[in-house]
Amino acid sequence: MSNSIEDIAGDAQAFFVIGSNTTEQHPIIGMRLRQAVKQRGAILIVADPRRIPLTDFASLHLRHKPGTDIALLNGLMYLILKNGWEDKEFITSRTEGFDEFKATVMQYPPEKVSEITGVPLADLEQAAKIMGATKPMAVLWAMGITQHITGVRNVMTLANLQMLLGNMGVAGGGVNPLRGQNNVQGACDMGGLPNVFPAYQPVTSPEVIAKFGTAWGLKVEGLKVDSESKESDNLQPFDKLRASSATFQLSNRVGMTVTEMIPGILEGKTHALYILGEDPVMSDADTNHLRRCLEECDFIVLQELFENETAAYADVLLPGIAFAEKSGTFTNTERRVQMVRKAVEPPGEAREDWWITAELAKRILAHSGWQTCPERSRRVADGPYAGWDYHDTAQIMAEINALAPSYEGITHARLERGETLQWPCPNAGHPGTPILHVGKFTRGLGKFTSIEHIPPAELPDDEYPMVLSTGRVLYHWHGGQMSRRSKGLLEIYPQPLIEVNEEDAEKLGLNPSTGSGQVETKHVRVTSRRGSIAAEAWVTERVPPGMVYANFHFPQASVNELTIAALDPVSKIPEFKVCAVKVEVVE
Amino acid sequence: MTVNLTINGQAIQARAGQTILQAARAAGIHIPVLCEHPALPPDGACRICLVEIEKQRTLQPACTFPATEGLIIQTHSPRVVEARKFTLELLISDHPLDCMTCEATGDCALQDLAYEYEIKESRYKGKQHNYPLDASNPFIQVERNKCILCRRCVRACSHINGVEAISVFYRGFNAYIGFGADGAMQDSSCEFCGSCVAVCPTGALWPKMSIGKGRPWQVRQVETICSYCGVGCKLSLHVRDNQIIRVEGANGPANHGWTCVKGRFGWDYVHHPDRLLKPRVRRYLLDGLQKPDIRELRVESSRDKTNLDSLVSNLWEWVETDWDTALDITAKKLGEIRDTHGSDSIGVLTSAKCLNEENYLMNKFTRQVIGTNNIDHCARL
Repeated sequence: MSNSIEDIAGDAQAFFVIGSNTTEQHPIIGMRLRQAVKQRGAILIVADPRRIPLTDFASLHLRHKPGTDIALLNGLMYLILKNGWEDKEFITSRTEGFDEFKATVMQYPPEKVSEITGVPLADLEQAAKIMGATKPMAVLWAMGITQHITGVRNVMTLANLQMLLGNMGVAGGGVNPLRGQNNVQGACDMGGLPNVFPAYQPVTSPEVIAKFGTAWGLKVEGLKVDSESKESDNLQPFDKLRASSATFQLSNRVGMTVTEMIPGILEGKTHALYILGEDPVMSDADTNHLRRCLEECDFIVLQELFENETAAYADVLLPGIAFAEKSGTFTNTERRVQMVRKAVEPPGEAREDWWITAELAKRILAHSGWQTCPERSRRVADGPYAGWDYHDTAQIMAEINALAPSYEGITHARLERGETLQWPCPNAGHPGTPILHVGKFTRGLGKFTSIEHIPPAELPDDEYPMVLSTGRVLYHWHGGQMSRRSKGLLEIYPQPLIEVNEEDAEKLGLNPSTGSGQVETKHVRVTSRRGSIAAEAWVTERVPPGMVYANFHFPQASVNELTIAALDPVSKIPEFKVCAVKVEVVE
Repeated sequence: MTVNLTINGQAIQARAGQTILQAARAAGIHIPVLCEHPALPPDGACRICLVEIEKQRTLQPACTFPATEGLIIQTHSPRVVEARKFTLELLISDHPLDCMTCEATGDCALQDLAYEYEIKESRYKGKQHNYPLDASNPFIQVERNKCILCRRCVRACSHINGVEAISVFYRGFNAYIGFGADGAMQDSSCEFCGSCVAVCPTGALWPKMSIGKGRPWQVRQVETICSYCGVGCKLSLHVRDNQIIRVEGANGPANHGWTCVKGRFGWDYVHHPDRLLKPRVRRYLLDGLQKPDIRELRVESSRDKTNLDSLVSNLWEWVETDWDTALDITAKKLGEIRDTHGSDSIGVLTSAKCLNEENYLMNKFTRQVIGTNNIDHCARL
């Protein structure tokens, strides 16, 4: 999020929530939105194909067709520009690329946009009018925007909108993606991405490679560094690189994303996976294909709380520990780093996840070169942060402080003193940064991007006539490994439900209530080109006619059996939110 | 703008717009309350905070009466104390005095007031309610006999969570709190955020999973961050005998003491019997054999009659082992694969559920130890 929950909840005069089922997926932010609407009359516009609970509190619900976000947003910006409601001062002083962008947007008149999106003309006009007249407006989104083949383009279009309206760098405005997992922000910040080291330092930068190479440098003990020697010729290319260079070399090739490394198994690219606290069988697209990949992997080590669905394919299962059993930090969706504290001892022999990783590292380093040169090659710490002897997470944080500039001032000691720090926090006296892009963008001028509407990868046809979209529900969490093991959550939502519109239910002959002596039929089978699931239908106005919606909380009918692994070309995110299916009643 | 008033002979200043209660609190003067809650709009429902104001004919509730210039107030005059005792006796007259076994003992505003005003029993022997216990939903037990109709829950549901699932039905002695159109909580617009439980001053609304698990003075409270979504609610875990027995929202910058159904009631997975207790490896690894072709398992299971004695099944069975064995096998395998197929043949999925410190180490492991940038997590999923 460019902004903080507090300034959005307190200062936004309008909210534009698109592709976020906020009250179910970020309930406390949803709570704050409802408070702002009810208590101070803030205006809420929701854009979502589904009638999510938040729409009950919205002034306007733009119910656009799935995968038409760019057309919708360009159409709104067309109307803002046509009526002169843009923030001319902001555009002139803080942005570039406006003219080209404007030329693209002016190709999206309301009639055309209404046809693409299915949103009535009057609603488009009203939404544009509210956006033009109500400042500041905060934009909030989640996976409904990003999980498309146009995910990155959708986000850039929202950035265009907020720059056009001058809503950047102000309290109550901003571009605010709501991060899903408790520490997904932190996992990204800490370099859990294939293209960046911690704090988004690119792996392709020679300076960054040199920095981490020095910090983490290892030397190989007992090996003569002599490129002419015979011993050196026998080395694998990888070891040769290590051995021949005085400085430690890190890879400067961008790595594979999760959506590339698992399919990479069948292509012979990936031979082993080390998976920490994740369940790809439940959470990745196109489960059937994913299973085939995992079956062929040479070696999978899984570090988890439970024997999850992916464990069936794992060679080693290492017992990690839960949040209540460990101390350290999580970073929330507003870049706020907060202390996690141990409350209970872990069960059995389960160990801290950081201890397990460090032990593996030490053992691999101590025995490197098993196959090539078993008698030599022990890699030992050389750089100041090369070693793996950690005694607690505060020590690890000190290493993060030294290497990740935006976390430099965020220490356990400060957090334990009660300071609440949002990165960037570049030094020990810095108070943190609640709002980004104040007065200046990171890159200097904000860049308008010209973006055209592209339809989803798989649209309905005669054989698969309906659209399927996916997501989670209030009472469960992602692949369900935690929430299905919570007695109350399972009791209130005990089985997967597939949302079907009333009109479709009637056409299909669904008859969930046994009122008039007819045979009760309440289960549906949903089939895509990739798989098929059957589950109870929830006949509801939440989905529009022609669309069904299902979740991935239950292995017996996970929607990811059906989803398509069509990827956004930049972010490599799968298009979970749109694919084509057929729906039949199960007698 | 400030106004000057006198409370118990002490001259104090208040901001215009404050209530007497707010002004007194700011000056450190105690006025007892029951229906009042600092996060909720005042309701003036319970009459416990009555104070005596010069030139006012009747006693006035401090929680709603505005602090204005020149007020002269007594918070504990004989008339005030008498009125409070009367109110408490009326409340007690229709309240079960089962404090010995009541879940709320030690955490009950009514009990505290009865103690403060020495109310042991009520002179008013009238009709008593005998509502059935409502334990029909998995999260919140509703014991209407213990409800004092303070409407804190009604206000929390409307003002905090905003869904308006709770209201007071009927009037006078027949009044009770109900849900939706007077049905079950689970059939109303309730989202089980539990804010009503958090503000309930008695044992009328109680977290079901905490019943019988311990008294407030038997628990240790640990403040931490929720493990579900990215909002980052600060939670207080109540721990007794190495078991979490209750979770409350704590006052963090993202949540201000509130939380949702998963944060408040979804923590019991931590103690689930399915937790992995020891490392496990597949049999073939312990025996130093080749990995079996596990595609055969899928084919077999789809053939209906699974041959569990098959070689593949045997080699693929889990064996519990010690940490050294599991870590050595894993390190050897990863090292071999790296040396055979190159660093880029290994992929690492780090975890958005784990700590920053743990994610940092996974990044260091991938890049320093393995020598690849093949690291990602579920941010895309």
